[in-house]
Amino acid sequence: MKWIAAALFAAMLALLPSFAGDFYINLASQIVIAAIFALSLNLLVGFGGMTSLGHASFLGVAAYISALLTSRYGFGHGPAAIVSIVGTTAMAAVFGIIALRASGLGFLMITLALSQVLWGLAYRMSNVTNGDNGIAGLTRPMPFGISLDSAASFYWFALAVGSVAFLMMTTFVSSSFGSSLTGVRDQPRRMAALGFNPWMIRWITFIYAGFWGGVSGLLYVYYNKYIHPTSLSTTSSAEALLGVIAGGSGTLTGPAVGATLVLLLKNYASAYVERWNMLLGLVFLFIVLVMPTGIVPGLSKLLNRRGGPR
Amino acid sequence: MQFWIIQGLNSLSLGGLLFLLSSGFSLIFGLMRLANLTHGAFFMLGTYFGATAMRAYSGLSIWTVALGAGVAVAAIGGLFERLVLSKLKTNPLGQVLVTLGMSFIISDACLVLWGGDSIPVPTPQNLQSPTRFFGFVFPTYRLVLVGCAIAAAIALYFLLERTRLGAMIRAGVDDRQMARAVGIPVSNLFTIVFCLGAGIAGAGGVLGGPILSAYPGLDGDMLPLALIVVILGGIGSLLGAFIGSFIVGFIYTFGTALFPELAYIILFLPMILVLAFRPQGLLGRLGA
Repeated sequence: MKWIAAALFAAMLALLPSFAGDFYINLASQIVIAAIFALSLNLLVGFGGMTSLGHASFLGVAAYISALLTSRYGFGHGPAAIVSIVGTTAMAAVFGIIALRASGLGFLMITLALSQVLWGLAYRMSNVTNGDNGIAGLTRPMPFGISLDSAASFYWFALAVGSVAFLMMTTFVSSSFGSSLTGVRDQPRRMAALGFNPWMIRWITFIYAGFWGGVSGLLYVYYNKYIHPTSLSTTSSAEALLGVIAGGSGTLTGPAVGATLVLLLKNYASAYVERWNMLLGLVFLFIVLVMPTGIVPGLSKLLNRRGGPR
Repeated sequence: MQFWIIQGLNSLSLGGLLFLLSSGFSLIFGLMRLANLTHGAFFMLGTYFGATAMRAYSGLSIWTVALGAGVAVAAIGGLFERLVLSKLKTNPLGQVLVTLGMSFIISDACLVLWGGDSIPVPTPQNLQSPTRFFGFVFPTYRLVLVGCAIAAAIALYFLLERTRLGAMIRAGVDDRQMARAVGIPVSNLFTIVFCLGAGIAGAGGVLGGPILSAYPGLDGDMLPLALIVVILGGIGSLLGAFIGSFIVGFIYTFGTALFPELAYIILFLPMILVLAFRPQGLLGRLGA
């Protein structure tokens, strides 16, 4: 039953462009990008117990590197993508060394400070990043000579990358390494006594999450063909964190659901009210006060009421 | 020479402002184990209150305005603590998230109320003329600001070390459960400390107004500075916040003057050094 539902859902996702209009296809592309981003943050927040408020750094830096290399230095999309992912992952390794000196709230504060520094740089180094004007006039890549300029082709591209990302992150957390990660989250001392290296496990997870954050950043810049410092801002990190927590951190599908909801809310609400930031703040208060464990765990608890907790 | 002296004074005055901002942050963190991400927004709210009051009634002295704005921001902070934060005592992550949500709400409300243009705050008239000292010229207001920060530091020191309330706060910082067991009303202390921290930030916002002026995004500019100060100085330590503030004030001012584009990077070098060698901060006792 569960498998049939999943297969139907996958078929619906793949066939979406055949029955939906361009507006909805583009919305779906944005959802796929936001979902990859939220899933990568969930590796830290849900499975690693490391609440980061600076995850937008990886999205933004990957997007900026690709944008700068292709628009200013004449790189092709292939080499630019490789440099941007390698660079972002390397940055995640360095940020991890700094931020993992602390845990809990200290970790949160350091990730926030680091990402604010990057945001400030993007704003102020205007001779490199073009500051508040952002970098416009970018192009989408043409993998194997296929143009991604139509809504449907880009959606399929994003969906393919998103599926690979979902599978690889699922494998990551269901592997024995994933078990040691949740072990370190719950009982760091016991894990250390058992011979694991908690710091190394956290660091590797941080780098892996940074890698997927970078991948979502590449898709983000391909989709928008534009990049602005706001994609590095705390709001951007906070939207993703809200998606993770609203959907249910530490579950495999929750963050994707949460990211979808945040994105839909953002798209539909901004048609009626101008004040997205205020609404975002209110939704934060609501989710934390009313639904602290998230939507997906809440729903599955309802569905499995007879079977008891998993 | 004049350059170095003026920049030195600018560093001191920025350090003083940062102390007004981060002392409350550090105090709240120490007692409540709560990273209050609304703190930058409280500071900005103070600046906007000050700008509005001083432009509407030009006769008001900046001290009255700072006191009034401090009380107003403290009241807002107190309501927030009572109505929202106290409901989340067992959920530290939830607390951080609601402070973040609250900071979005406040900064967006400021944008609605005061618009997107920056509002300059006039320097008080009796402090406008420069002070001459050994042949050098100093802006008087900045000197006064440094004095304010030092006065605030001394007042906070006496409050914490010499009064009954301070003794209760220190007991709560050291061991919350034990403090509760001997009859200290810790929940009320939380509210008092949160109000105090928010109030100092609000008053600091008014005093910082003539230097920074009120603009949207001021909260986002100040919060990371406060975070860096607190990470540097050590969480929950008043002296640590004091020293950290002036270190950050110097680095940021000289960084901006000498390498304008790299100031943000230079700013977090000391943070990395401290984290590498003393993760608990220069004077911190608490593991974050």
